[in-house]
Parts: sequence; structure tokens; C-alpha cells
Amino acid sequence: MSDTHAQTVAFVRDTMLPAAPPPAQQAGAVRWLRENLFSGPVNTVLTLLGLAIIWFLYVAFGDWFAHSVWNADSLPECRDIIAQTWGEGARGACFAVIRERWNQYVFGFYPPELYWRPVMTFGLLMVALMPVLFGASLSIRRIVLSATVALTLLAMIALGAPIVWLVFAVAIMAFAFYASETEITRLLPFSALFPLLGVWLLWGGSLWGPIFVLVGPVLGWITWRVLSPRSAMLATIMAALVTVVFWLFVAGDAAGDAQNLLPMGIPAVASSSFGGFLLSITIGVAGIALSLPLGIVLALARRSDMFLITTLAVVFIEFIRGVPLITLLFVASLLLNYFLPPGTSFDIILRVIIMVTVFAAAYMAEVIRGGLAALPKGQYEAADALGLDYWKAQRLIVLPQALKISIPGIVSTFIGMFKDTTLVTFVGLYDPLKSMSDAVRASTSWKGIYWEPYIFVGFIFFLICFGMSRYSMYLERRLQRGHR
Amino acid sequence: MNETITRQIDRSHMTVSDEVAIEIRNMNKWYGTFHVLRDIDLTVHRGERIVIAGPSGSGKSTLIRCINRLEEHQAGHIVVDGVELTSDIKNIDKVRSEVGMVFQHFNLFPHLTVLENCTLAPIWVRKVPKKQAEETAMHFLSKVKIPDQAHKYPGQLSGGQQQRVAIARSLCMQPRIMLFDEPTSALDPEMIKEVLDTMIELAEEGMTMLCVTHEMGFAQAVANRVIFMDQGQIVEQNEPVEFFNNPKSERTKLFLSQILGH
Repeated sequence: MSDTHAQTVAFVRDTMLPAAPPPAQQAGAVRWLRENLFSGPVNTVLTLLGLAIIWFLYVAFGDWFAHSVWNADSLPECRDIIAQTWGEGARGACFAVIRERWNQYVFGFYPPELYWRPVMTFGLLMVALMPVLFGASLSIRRIVLSATVALTLLAMIALGAPIVWLVFAVAIMAFAFYASETEITRLLPFSALFPLLGVWLLWGGSLWGPIFVLVGPVLGWITWRVLSPRSAMLATIMAALVTVVFWLFVAGDAAGDAQNLLPMGIPAVASSSFGGFLLSITIGVAGIALSLPLGIVLALARRSDMFLITTLAVVFIEFIRGVPLITLLFVASLLLNYFLPPGTSFDIILRVIIMVTVFAAAYMAEVIRGGLAALPKGQYEAADALGLDYWKAQRLIVLPQALKISIPGIVSTFIGMFKDTTLVTFVGLYDPLKSMSDAVRASTSWKGIYWEPYIFVGFIFFLICFGMSRYSMYLERRLQRGHR
Repeated sequence: MNETITRQIDRSHMTVSDEVAIEIRNMNKWYGTFHVLRDIDLTVHRGERIVIAGPSGSGKSTLIRCINRLEEHQAGHIVVDGVELTSDIKNIDKVRSEVGMVFQHFNLFPHLTVLENCTLAPIWVRKVPKKQAEETAMHFLSKVKIPDQAHKYPGQLSGGQQQRVAIARSLCMQPRIMLFDEPTSALDPEMIKEVLDTMIELAEEGMTMLCVTHEMGFAQAVANRVIFMDQGQIVEQNEPVEFFNNPKSERTKLFLSQILGH
């Protein structure tokens, strides 16, 4: 008996088969419908249910939207127009309130003659973000930059910006275009300086303030240059120390004296005038920009093998995450005043930004820690084996990969934080959703209008958050590096 | 006995000098209470090609990972190129930049291109200018025969190509000693040969090498010494011909009969 089965036929392939094209797909709408909507009994029922819901929504809100009025001076006038046009008893939305009060929703109680300043700040923010967000794609930069420039300049002109500032804005934007077309990293110094410029444009006041804030790091850098040949560690610590000491004890007085000697500046705007989306976006952008680095530091600290640092990070993260954001905001608005020496003016928006940042950073730290934990141990070993020290390994090998893994979680935290900025209503700031709508309703002409302001504000929030979400998907796609 | 090695080996540069590259004296290591390495004594001279074999769990990988301090030893001394490995970070970094390591699972950096993988450490650790680092990288990538893949990402390469990139990445630091931790164990049979060929070329140039491997053909062709480990101890060491044809200990005989038996 042989090992071979009786039916086994020896076979040798003498020609290899060429690759053949796949069979042609059946196409057409009917096929698509059958596959996606009616593939089985459950799917069919769900499809019908979905159609029913859409129909219900249409019946409930369709005529309300269709009858909306955009031109009216008060809610009663709106109702009259609807009754005249669509008959007695017809329903209709009165979006005229947005048309009349849009400026309050966007700028709060910012002085109308200075509206151009927040607009310019926002435009320059987009410019400053260009190398950070779209460093990799010239075509996207062209589109976003053109739209930003056109909208910003048109809005500034419409709002009556002084010619000097228009020229200043045009100069920066022209440089941005030049940098974008040649080497986008040339724009990074502007991105680094933007926080100062933005704060100054929004709050105004003496130009000497930002100048002396800038002097701090310059002194720090000089210290570092002098000391770094001796010891890199000492130089870094001393540079940080010099900067902070200068900011705390010298910068304020020096800026005041300089302002007395040579007054330079633009009209100051108090924090109490901020409101609406200007407030939300200011807090949101500052919170996002600050919470990411803080979150990274906390995540690294929590994974450190030094007991004290780990403990501090765990206590901080768990404490902050265990407390509602509103509690922190109350601490910011009330308790800090008790603890700070009397007469200390510590801006309320700054306090809120600190609390929102700390809150978001605690969540961020956990999201990033997830990314760090997902990295294979071999990555750390390879970095070690090549002689990279801890910080270089983190910066070049670990964080780029961990942050990439954590992008969806990070952006979720950003979106959550941006929406949470509406909670500042509880500490007396004019958030767009609650306080501002209340303020609008307080006038006799718009008394009793509820749906339209909420729909409008909700829609703007949705646009911004949806934008962030799409950006995160773009980033994930861009950072894809083949399969591992 | 192993058909993966078919080429003639040029032994003209494979010379062992009297200079000591690695000196391990009375080294012991524990994982918690588990005694993984027991009284290891090993002297490696410059130019030696040592193959470390043994059953899994015998401590061979741990031994070579102690040499660049990926694992910490608790007792005894390890001196690499005249630098003693202690908890002093400076010494550790010095040793690590002199000792290259190749891992079983390659451990390439997936977010960097092949070229960036190779230039990263020279630029950031050795402070070599970028341009020069890239030239060196291309030189070593040509040596491992994949210069045309320089701008791809590791995820786009086959396992054998990835391991050759990993070897090139180590070589870019111009190490004086190379450690190989089962470099072919995660590869398909067809790719083992290309990696072994690269390692043989390295041996032919006189590199000091310590290889943990199950490729006994490689051991016979290239090694000047084979070390057999079991239960955290060095059980037997000898030159390859003697080791394979005339093993002394029963444990070695059993091991060899199992891996060469079929």
C-alpha cells in the first residue's frame, strides 16, 4: 500500500496564472437600496422607522422653518407678519432676533467701534495656526488662507477698522502667503508671538505690557546662553527662574513706568465687556492650546518611575476629574478672592481659563496615557538601545506615536471643553447660550423668544465642533503609515 | 546540515585580538525572586563571533540585554569597552552608543521613514550633521541591499527587509559591538537567508558579535565560540566544531539531538 490516496492525482503547474480583473459589479440605485436599506427584515423595519422619524420631524418643524421671518424689529411684529402671510394660527420661526442682535451673540458687550479688533485677532489666529494645522498640504493652506484673508479684510473694512491696522493685517497676511508658498515653517515665529499679539488686540491697553512680557524670555535665553557651557541642567533652571522672576516682580512696574514716560497703546477693553462667541472662543482656544501640553506632562508624570512625581500626578488628575467643572469655576470666581491678598486684581477670564485648562488637562492626561500604554515595549527598548535619553526618546519616538493613537480622544476632549465654556454663565460671564439669550429676552421687544436663539447658538457650536471632528479625521488619514 | 548558508565565507578579516571587549564577572540577576542568571562569567575579545544557544527560558536573551542595560543586573560586574555598567546614566548612555542591538521583532519606528530610522540616533545622540548622517545611512542601506527603500515606511516592507533596516540602523551609530537577539525567529523561512547573509558579511568585516539564535548553520559557519545555556547558567562553551560533534554535557547532547534531530 502506498501513502497516496487512490484518487490523488499528481499535478505540476507549468504556467503561472496571470492576474485577472475582478468580475464587473452590478451597479444601479436599486441594487444600492437593496443592499444598504432593505437587505433583510430587520434592516427593512429600521429603514421604515427612520423614514417615519424624518416624516414626523418634518410635520413637527417643517412649516415652522418654512414660515421663518428674518425682517422684524420685535417678536410681536414677527407674529403679525406670520399671521398676515400664512393665515391666522400659522406657526413660524422668528429669526429676526438673530438679524437684530447678532452683534451681541458674537461680541457680547465689546465696544461696537472696536469690533474690528476681535475680527482681526480671529483672522490672525487662523494665520498663526496654518503651520501647525496644515503644515503638510499646500493646497489646503491656499484655500484656508485665501478664505481667511478675504473674510477678515472684508469684515474689518465693514466694521470700520483704521487704515493703519488694515495695512498691518495685510502685511502679516502677505507674509503668510509668501511663507506658505515657499517654506511654511517661516511662519512659526509669528505663531509663537501670536498669543501676546492676540491678548493685546483683544484687551487692548499699553503696548509696553506685551513688550515687557517678551523681555522675560529674552533675558532667560541670555542666561541660558551664558550658563549652558557649564551645565545644561543649571542653565535651563536658571533661565526659567530669571523669566518667571522678571514677569512677577519687574515686568508690571516697568511697563507702567514706560507707559508714563512714553504712552503707547490702544483703548483698553475690560473683561466684563466680553461675551457671546468672542468669550467662548477666547476661553476655548486658550484652553485647547494650554491643556494639550499640560496633559502631556501629566501623562508622562503619571507613568514616571519616580514615586513622588507619579503620586502628585495621580492625585492631581483624580482630584480634578472627580470634581464637576462648575465647582472649579466657583472656586475661580469666589474662593480665589478670599485667598488672594486684598486689592489683587486677577482677571476673571484668566481665572476661568486656568480652571478650564486644568480640567481639560486632567482628561487629556488620561487619553494620552492610553496612547502611551498602547505603544509596544519594543519601541522604548529600541530607543534605549540607540542611546537616546529619556526626553529625546519621548519627544522623537514615543510621543509622536502615542499622540497619533490618541487623536480621536484628544479631539473629543477639545470638543467637550469648547462646549463646556458655556458653563461660565454660572460665574457671571456672558456665554452665548444662556446669559446672552437671557440678556436678549430682557428687552421688551424680544420678550418670550426661546427657540430661535438656542437653535442659532447650537448651530454655530455644531459648526465649530464638526469642523474640529473633520480635522481630526483628516489628521488621522494623513498620519497613516502603511500597516505594521 | 543547514542549507540556508550556501556561500563561501571569507575569513581573512575574522581575527580575534587580545583586547577585551566585554568582561562579565560573577553576574547574577533576579526577576523578583526568580533567579534568571546565575554566576555568569564571560569574557568577549574584540573580533569574536559568539553564538548563544539554549532552550527557551534559559536566560540567553536576558544575558545579552544586560550587556546594554536593557535589563539591570543585581550582582557582579559587567564592563563594556572599559566602561562599567552601574546605575550611572552617563555610563549607560556611553555603552549604548557603542553597542548596537538587533531585536527579534525589529522594533523599527513605524512613524519614520527607513532613512529617518537610520539617521535619528546619529543626529540626536552623536550630533552628526543631517546631510552627513544621511550619507552614512545610505551607505549602510546599500550594504544591506535596500537603498531603494529608503523613503518608504517600515510598514511597507517585508519582514526580512525590516530586519535588514534594523541592522543598518544599528550600524549607523558605528558600534564596536553588535548584539543580536533572535534576529531571524520572527521571519518566514525564505527571508531568514537574506538576514543571515547580512550578518555573515558583518562577521567577515571583523565585527564583534553576540548572537542569540537557533540557526545552528550560522553558528557553524561564522561563530568562533558557541555558548550553551540552561536554567540561567552557562552549561558548556566551545568552538563550534567541537561543540556540535563532541558535546560534553548530557544537557547539551539532549538539546542538540532535539534541534538537529530531524
